[in-house]
Amino acid sequence: MPDERSTLGDGSQQPSEETLIRRIRDGEHDLFYQLIRPYERRVYAAAFAVLHNEADAEDAAQEAVLKAFKHIGQFRAEAKFSTWLTQITLNEARMRKRKQHAHIMEPIVDHQDDEGNYTPRDFADWREIPSETLERKEVREKLAQALDSLGDKYREVFVMRDMHHLSIEETAKTLGISTASVKTRLLRARLMLRDLLAPGFDANWTSRLSFAKGTKPW
Amino acid sequence: MVIRCEEVWLEISNYLEGEVDPALRASMEEHLRGCKHCIAVLDGTRNVVQLYGDERMMEVPLGFSHRLHRRLEDNMRGSRRSFLGWMVASAAAVITVGVVELASSTSSRIPEPRSEHAQPGVGIPPDMMVVVSEKGKIFHRPTCTFIHDRTNLRTIAAREAMQEGYVPCVRCMKQYLKI
Repeated sequence: MPDERSTLGDGSQQPSEETLIRRIRDGEHDLFYQLIRPYERRVYAAAFAVLHNEADAEDAAQEAVLKAFKHIGQFRAEAKFSTWLTQITLNEARMRKRKQHAHIMEPIVDHQDDEGNYTPRDFADWREIPSETLERKEVREKLAQALDSLGDKYREVFVMRDMHHLSIEETAKTLGISTASVKTRLLRARLMLRDLLAPGFDANWTSRLSFAKGTKPW
Repeated sequence: MVIRCEEVWLEISNYLEGEVDPALRASMEEHLRGCKHCIAVLDGTRNVVQLYGDERMMEVPLGFSHRLHRRLEDNMRGSRRSFLGWMVASAAAVITVGVVELASSTSSRIPEPRSEHAQPGVGIPPDMMVVVSEKGKIFHRPTCTFIHDRTNLRTIAAREAMQEGYVPCVRCMKQYLKI
């Protein structure tokens, strides 16, 4: 008989995800709260990565969770629940974005070839990042601005891998692309962000950084 | 094997992920020892990964979880009501059942975690030796490439790290995290 419980770091036990899903399907709907609890932030962040707006991201995240609950019977055990939930969220967010921006053309950067090499533009030294830096709201805002300025395909991979901490394989599965594309996009996203941020960390944020909407210097 | 800056940049992401073969790794490290530009690119890229990987960059709006659960509750209750409405003719009975359902669903909900960011590990060997820094919040394996402040490291058992409130690194301790 499979182990239906897992041990937490503090020694307490809780039902395994597989057991939770089976019991929810059998009618114990309240267990759904427990199932999604570890993924709530990820769902919100995935929606935000696409929509860049708190209200829209929250609405899309809620809708995605409702859809997951409604369709839990269609979830196949060979996939990870977190991957399935994130896919639903991304689809929901992308659909909303398409509706919102149906009249706007995609930025040129999104059509660039993944294989093209990326050359760093700036070699500013950026060795120290005191952990307190992130306590400053303006720093978090600058980081968010920099992330927003990436093309969708780079931002999505970066958010899945470096912010959600999915593996390369999980990121590929969630986004429906190859692991090679994940690696290439991830490299470019990281280097582009470094180019945008390194001068700011080296000097003065406000005078050195300018992330005007729609401008992408690479 | 001597490699050029362009080759280092191309592999810098894989290098940070620990996914380059030993020969290439040695070549990259040899190059990095003598190239200020590539060191700057490596440090900056590592900083990007570290900053954006910080839990504070994934903040959700205040009350997000509460609103999400309320919407789910409304949704579940809606489905239950329609089912009960088919079963029970009297409106009073529907309300009674609804109240009982609401009470039971509230009581069976798990409590809010102390911190939305906390990610306790699952099955971490308590005696595993890990490293922590005084100002940090995370414990790592000593070989983790994502330790930033290596000057003030302390080596302790995972059990002690958890007792002191440190949480496992999402990179090197990933196998113990439910993500």
